[in-house]
Amino acid sequence: MTCHSCSADKESNQKGKRRLKIALAGNANVGKSVIFNHLTGLHQHIGNWPGKTVEKVEGTLQFKGYTIDIVDLPGIYSLSTYSLEEVISRKYIAIERPDVVINVVDASVLERNLFFTLQLMELETPMIIALNQMDIAKSKGIHVDIEKMEQLLGVPVVPTIAVKGVGIDKLLEKTIEIIEKTPEKKPAEVRYGEEIEEKISLLMDALKDVELIYPRRYVAIKLLEGDEEIEREIKRVAPQIAAKAKKLAAEIEKLHGHGCSTVITSERYEAAGCIARAVQTLVPPIKPTLGERLHSFTTHKVTGYLTMIFSLLLIFYGIFTFGDLTSGLLSDLLYGLEPLFRGAFGAGIAGKLVWGGVMEGLIAGIVIVLPYIIPFYFILYFLENSGYLSRIAFLMDNIMHKMGLHGKAFIPIMLGFGCNVPACLGCRIMETQREKLLAAFVTTLVPCAATTVIILGLVGDYLGVHWALALYLFNFLIIFLLGRGAFKVVPGEPTALIMEMHDYRWPHMKTILKQTWFRVAEFIKIAFPLIIVGSFVLKLAEVAGLLESIATVLSPVTVAWLGLPAITGVTLIFGVLRKELALVMLAALLGATNFAQVLTPVQMVVFTLVVMFYIPCVATIAALVKEFGWKKALTITLFEIAFAVFLGGVAFRLLTLFL
Amino acid sequence: MPRRNIEDYLKAIYDLSKNGQAVSTTEIAQALRIAPASVTEMLKKLANKGYITHSLYHGTTLTNEGQRLAEKIARKHRLLERFLHDVLRIDKEKVHSQACEMEHSLSDEAEESLCRFLKHPDRCPDDGKMIPPCNLQIESCAKCIQLHEEGLEEAGKHNQKLVAISNLKEGQCGKIAFIRGGRNIVQRLLDMGLTPGAKICVVRVAPLGGPVELAVRNSKLALGKGVSSKIFVEIESPTAD
Ligand SMILES: Nc1nc2c(ncn2[C@@H]2O[C@H](COP(=O)(O)OP(=O)(O)O)[C@@H](O)[C@H]2O)c(=O)[nH]1
Ligand SMILES: [Mg+2]
Repeated sequence: MTCHSCSADKESNQKGKRRLKIALAGNANVGKSVIFNHLTGLHQHIGNWPGKTVEKVEGTLQFKGYTIDIVDLPGIYSLSTYSLEEVISRKYIAIERPDVVINVVDASVLERNLFFTLQLMELETPMIIALNQMDIAKSKGIHVDIEKMEQLLGVPVVPTIAVKGVGIDKLLEKTIEIIEKTPEKKPAEVRYGEEIEEKISLLMDALKDVELIYPRRYVAIKLLEGDEEIEREIKRVAPQIAAKAKKLAAEIEKLHGHGCSTVITSERYEAAGCIARAVQTLVPPIKPTLGERLHSFTTHKVTGYLTMIFSLLLIFYGIFTFGDLTSGLLSDLLYGLEPLFRGAFGAGIAGKLVWGGVMEGLIAGIVIVLPYIIPFYFILYFLENSGYLSRIAFLMDNIMHKMGLHGKAFIPIMLGFGCNVPACLGCRIMETQREKLLAAFVTTLVPCAATTVIILGLVGDYLGVHWALALYLFNFLIIFLLGRGAFKVVPGEPTALIMEMHDYRWPHMKTILKQTWFRVAEFIKIAFPLIIVGSFVLKLAEVAGLLESIATVLSPVTVAWLGLPAITGVTLIFGVLRKELALVMLAALLGATNFAQVLTPVQMVVFTLVVMFYIPCVATIAALVKEFGWKKALTITLFEIAFAVFLGGVAFRLLTLFL
Repeated sequence: MPRRNIEDYLKAIYDLSKNGQAVSTTEIAQALRIAPASVTEMLKKLANKGYITHSLYHGTTLTNEGQRLAEKIARKHRLLERFLHDVLRIDKEKVHSQACEMEHSLSDEAEESLCRFLKHPDRCPDDGKMIPPCNLQIESCAKCIQLHEEGLEEAGKHNQKLVAISNLKEGQCGKIAFIRGGRNIVQRLLDMGLTPGAKICVVRVAPLGGPVELAVRNSKLALGKGVSSKIFVEIESPTAD
């Protein structure tokens, strides 16, 4: 986009619809989401950035006759090209050109936050600073001189306490002010050492006739830093300039004995530190704050692990008792509707399809999935926003690393024992696309509550608890091995744990509740159609009398390879809808509740093994589709089917030797 | 006292002492398969030469000089192991003893060439221990290769005691000297404020080789073992315990 068309846009904006674009940017956990929620209320939309799996949160707001679109950019520490989030944010600011960027700054960690602020300023975007978490800064004995900060940065600064709503109105007013009357004061420029500035001007001269998306000075600096994206871009249009930049960078290196990007980053940090020291006065409290003591306690090598185990068990039981209870209540309520439907559609084929297909699918979704994912999302956000999630990651990093994942992955995996669906969705806390995928893959292998029903109800009841236990242990072993295998196979670098540990904070409930609500709504939109269609298709097959033929078609696999009764082919298909259906249907189709009469011990073990691994249930597949797209979801599903069948066949042959 | 004898002792002490802890005479005797009495004798000589500090009750620790020599020899050893294994395709089981023979005769110059030739391996085939950094003052492997290509050998020897963050104890502080690693990871660490010259303190070390928590630039940062072993610091104030 050229500058010309951009300013034309702005004019038409002001006369016509008065639509504005504002972006919230800043480090992770500074309070962007809380501010975003204050500003937008219930007008939010959560989706993905086009073609990316990074979450995009947008909302609108009406203010002084303007319709303002607000984007909550991902939390990042820099505008280099280390992560997808950084690239997305940078491109958004440069290409979409929001009217104002609100830079949310954590007043209690000023130096690190200002490092990011300086980079935003280099992008030469109109901006304002929300100096947030003033209450936390105060409790740490930090006082910030707002006027001095405005003066040094040349950017308006509004102090806020987002969780209490303090300063938000003023922030909005000042933001509009910036748009209405372009401020005379220009943002300050980060000045680097003379030798670097010299090279920057040389490059800026060279770039004079090149059309750029980013500001010229910014491009010059980034070329010296060796920024991949910008280097590629310039190489395409003006290769000689890229070459020149390389030579200049080498000169700086020679001078400093450090890489050019190291020199520039260091100087930028020095500048940030300088400003931070100039504007803040620190009177550290004598006693360590409660948060600090809690931090020591929860990362200690004994008390830390004990606290973690205790809280995780509590969460686990909390989610599942809540889930169980509401699930029971809801199902009583919804199944109470059955006579109504039967009355309306008759007992014929139509009635069967409407109730047994559509409604039962819908009920399954409401009864099985929602009671678990709602509390799960809530707790996940609670853990993340309070800061406890990063302590768990800290404690578990070591163990998870053996599977090529870092500590955060422990949470979804643990929750997978309850239900794979929220666990898969929870993998979004991982940092890179690759880690999200690996964690999700491992999660789908974790035996969920429904699988547990089968393990205990079949093998545990008929063969004894030790067999059930053995199967569990075997499952863990497979998880570990496949996890490691996937880690080797999936291309890309393992990401090391590099994580800021924030102070503990009491989360803002309204924000968490909203975040939970919008995520659940998003899930319903994607998963429910899939669940309902799946259930409908199965019912259709049943009504059309196709089950027998399906059993026959599958018999080479079920009978010849796995040594199971042919009818298990059908029950395994039902298990795709809900895993415990595999067992329930088995009872129904075999016409026996005493499985010992119809299955040999070997068959029980083989059947259970296959159920444990063969496919993530339809809701889990939906979750995978939502997070990773169809292709990856199908790959995982097909792999797991093949793997389970293979494993079952081998187990059948081995076990017949012993049992 | 023959040089290789000294080197073997220092290397053994270096390998045995994790995080700079003191090592007992029995441990050294076991590692070298030498009678404890002869070990005690030898330790006294090493102490006289200023390579170690040694006392009956507290055990043995390396002095700065001893540490430097031991790191040098350990580095040569590990580079040789890689070379024998990766390039000459000698069995994993055999490379250790072979490297033990060769490490004492490898010149410093040959060592640096070997480091570049092997493209800066981080781990050894036989025990997965880290290769201590080469003592050219350079912040990443990529730099080392670059320097060589540009004929910039005068980057300067560097004589402070450098320690990886993963080897620091809780409460120890240091100033970052350099970071080893690929471009992306180095940039990420820089962006998090871990620039050369920045002061860091280790706040917490998770047990069993887990991550470390650092205080840097008025904020706290957790680093996995994989990265913390690639950041080298000059220890600032020795802990007073
Ligand atoms: N005490 C206090 N907590 C805050 C403030 N702003 C945000 N928080 C909390 O900080 C955490 C992170 O906020 P969030 O908006 O999710 O950060 P984001 O990552 O930038 O979106 C949440 O637990 C918030 O409740 C503030 O001004 N004061
Ligand atoms: Mg947020």
